[in-house]
Amino acid sequence: MPFIPHTETDVAEMLRTIGVPSIDALFDEIPAALRTRALDGIPEAMSEMEVARLMQERADQDGRPLNFIGAGAYEHHIPAAVWAIVTRGEFYSAYTPYQAEASQGTLQLLYEYQTMMASLTGMQVSNASLYDGASALAEACLMAVRAHRRSKSARILVPATVNPTYLKVARTIAEGQNLKFDILPYEQREGTTQRSSLEAYAGQDITAVVIQQPNFFGLLEDVDAITDWAHANNALVIAVVNPLSLAILKPPGEWGTKGVDIVVGDGQPLGVPLSSGGPYFGFMTTRMEHVRQMPGRIIGRTVDLDGKPGFTLTLQAREQHIRRSKATSNICTNQGLLVTAATIYMSLLGAEGLEQVAAACQQQTNKLVDALTKLRGVKLAFDGPRFHEAVLQLDRNVGEVLEQLARAGIVGGFDLSQQYPELGQALLVCATETRTDGDIERYAKTLAEVMQ
Amino acid sequence: MSSRALIFDHSRAGRTAKVQHPQGLAAQVPEHLRRKRRPMLPEVSELQAVRHYTKLSQLNFSIDTHFYPLGSCTMKYNPRACNQLAMLPEFLVRHPLAPESTGQGFMACLYELQEMLKEVTGMKGVSLTPMAGAQGEFAGVAMIRAYHRARGDLARTQIIVPDAAHGTNPATATMCGCTVVEIPSLPDGDIDLEALKQAVGPQTAGIMLTNPSTLGVFERRIHEVAKIVHDAGGLLYYDGANLNAILGKVRPGDMGFDVIHMNLHKTFSTPHGGGGPGSGAVGVSDRLLPFMPIPIVGKEGDRYRWLDERDLPQTIGRLSAFMGNAGVLLRAYVYMRMLGRAGMQRVAEFATLNANYLFARLRQAGFEAAYPGRRASHEFIITLKRQARELGVNAMDFAKRLLDYGFHAPTTYFPLLVPECLLIEPTETEAKEDLDAFVDALVAIQREAEQDAAKVKGAPYTLPVRRLDDVRAAKQLDLTYQPAAAASAGS
Repeated sequence: MPFIPHTETDVAEMLRTIGVPSIDALFDEIPAALRTRALDGIPEAMSEMEVARLMQERADQDGRPLNFIGAGAYEHHIPAAVWAIVTRGEFYSAYTPYQAEASQGTLQLLYEYQTMMASLTGMQVSNASLYDGASALAEACLMAVRAHRRSKSARILVPATVNPTYLKVARTIAEGQNLKFDILPYEQREGTTQRSSLEAYAGQDITAVVIQQPNFFGLLEDVDAITDWAHANNALVIAVVNPLSLAILKPPGEWGTKGVDIVVGDGQPLGVPLSSGGPYFGFMTTRMEHVRQMPGRIIGRTVDLDGKPGFTLTLQAREQHIRRSKATSNICTNQGLLVTAATIYMSLLGAEGLEQVAAACQQQTNKLVDALTKLRGVKLAFDGPRFHEAVLQLDRNVGEVLEQLARAGIVGGFDLSQQYPELGQALLVCATETRTDGDIERYAKTLAEVMQ
Repeated sequence: MSSRALIFDHSRAGRTAKVQHPQGLAAQVPEHLRRKRRPMLPEVSELQAVRHYTKLSQLNFSIDTHFYPLGSCTMKYNPRACNQLAMLPEFLVRHPLAPESTGQGFMACLYELQEMLKEVTGMKGVSLTPMAGAQGEFAGVAMIRAYHRARGDLARTQIIVPDAAHGTNPATATMCGCTVVEIPSLPDGDIDLEALKQAVGPQTAGIMLTNPSTLGVFERRIHEVAKIVHDAGGLLYYDGANLNAILGKVRPGDMGFDVIHMNLHKTFSTPHGGGGPGSGAVGVSDRLLPFMPIPIVGKEGDRYRWLDERDLPQTIGRLSAFMGNAGVLLRAYVYMRMLGRAGMQRVAEFATLNANYLFARLRQAGFEAAYPGRRASHEFIITLKRQARELGVNAMDFAKRLLDYGFHAPTTYFPLLVPECLLIEPTETEAKEDLDAFVDALVAIQREAEQDAAKVKGAPYTLPVRRLDDVRAAKQLDLTYQPAAAASAGS
């Protein structure tokens, strides 16, 4: 019996102790009419060897194409040590550290993580993670409504250069509580948020303004000006950032004269594999004055009965298991294991390593853009300063080009034509430090063949 | 006493794991957008990081190292094969937005997982995208709201929740813009049907139920509950936290539920990871099919494709940037294939056998059952109110002393309506001798409590720390490390 240790003798002794004739008798409180008969739709059991064979076949079917997509998930080198430690049973098979004394490993790691994320984003406090970057933005918007007591509008301004899927998720999660999202257009030449569009909102009751840096097109927004405009107009500022980029970009805590109020993003670039979309983790940092409005677990350092320092879950009065319908969020389980990976990753890389990786990503993306825009029928849509993504415009159907590239073993980028039809046949490309000059050459050569 | 070193204590300026990153590059960033001061990240060697985090891991209790009978959390063995096969390199490097043609193997696994979950729950459709139980709950209540709205039934904004419910249930209702009405449980643990009849009406959106409930007993009159709520125009939500108790024995769809969430990290044995990732797949009845969260894997001929807004125009929408916790879904898939049809039915049988055995032994040893007249499901509650009153030793003291005996504590003080309670869930993967050892430990602690209450109240003694000052943690907030010199250093 898979994973069930009972011998026949065990079962007999246990039934005798309970005082029932059979295991089936233990279900005697369930109305007979409800009892399931057979599960015909479930296949027969496979051995580990058989299922390993099946999974390898499925994996082989997908292969390992050369990837040039970012769009919110990025392929980076992950040191072997990261997942070797993450998958230790003591991290992998523990749960939320409710019993602090028996969970000091996880708790101390989370405290170290909170320290790293606060410092990386230039903020004072961090929670212990949310599900992913998109749902973290939704939570940040809900938090802004709670934190901004003088604003009654629950209106959030979101630039069109914020990841469009993040906005969709924010709508799904936050519109039930009557939040309203207004979209700010971008400059058609520069690809960054149109500053003049903000003026239409001057003097109105705006709860928060969202800024994504780098934006969805990979471009750098004028974060200082937007932050200062928002604060001058009594709105909070929510930053959506790529944590790796913060090794080289000004942290949100220093944007404008006051810094932003809430920072969120997806932690995936920090040691988490692409893995077809998850599990990743969302992070959130804020100012100390808003800590009681923050959703999710928070770890604090305290002392034990002997005065010895230790770590524990704290500020639990915000949470669903205490506050129930008045909690800051319904979140319970978060993404602890992925945070474990990120903490080890950041420890191995350090600030210098992250800077170097970020610089390498930018360098390889610039090389990619140079190589591809040399081809006839390919041009760069926006030429401003960028991090590690760029928008290219093609003179033919992007979807068809991507399919042909896929047949040649290249995942060539993200098709923007559905979400940004005004850009025409546009493609968002990305090269991280994992793409070599040879990889870029191969892409350029293959694209030239496809575009002929 | 001195504290255990933080990773930052090992930092020395200029030290990194050099083999892990390029060197000598300079990023091109305009002056006003550039970072001026480095973040405070550790500066350590690879060995220092490996040793530090390996040592931290050794401070944890986990399923792999300890019996972990945390009620309502289903801490069963997480087979290693599930992890290894979900982490095959091809799955790990696959970008979520890569063309469907490069993901047919991955999508086949997800499609078959959807089909198996439909079969085992009796629901008509499954969406795998919610990233945890609480997000599955959110999806469920959002679908209930969308259903009423689509019918123009706009007044239905009230969610009924039994008093024994998980905190996530009322919190979810609030997140969905609903109000919450609590109804009481009867002394035998079943729902008070009279109170339910009083509570329902034209304002009722639905009821959220866990069955077996968090009281560790099966709601026997579930058909009547379903009828009362359905007759009033409401829908039934099944909180799958306790699905392990009935897997293969009863299907929520057959009980009359319209929507359910499953915790794949409980019932289908994906790792709890020190607090996630979870995975909260949802299943629905016919009438909620159009509202399911996207993306969903569809199959046309022998080809798999993502179903999105174009296929389900009435969807409640997206809950994550991509496909939920995809790698967790692969782990659940591998687990279900190894269990197979018969194995899945054995889950509830042996989880229930273990719980009832432990329950019987503890009662024989003199511990008081919260619901003595009832059969235990996959978990059960004992109350230590007598020990608290007579000996001054409460449930928390027992829980902390259990740690000294090498057992993770059961869930304490939940559900809230049973005083001084321990909610105990052994799961099917524990052997009889481990259950016996757990009983022996509780009996020994009971004896200690009678002879030397202070000893139990001072526990634990053998862990890295003794009992922590939670009040101080919340009052003197210390949420990040602040090196004494950092304020003036500035690098």
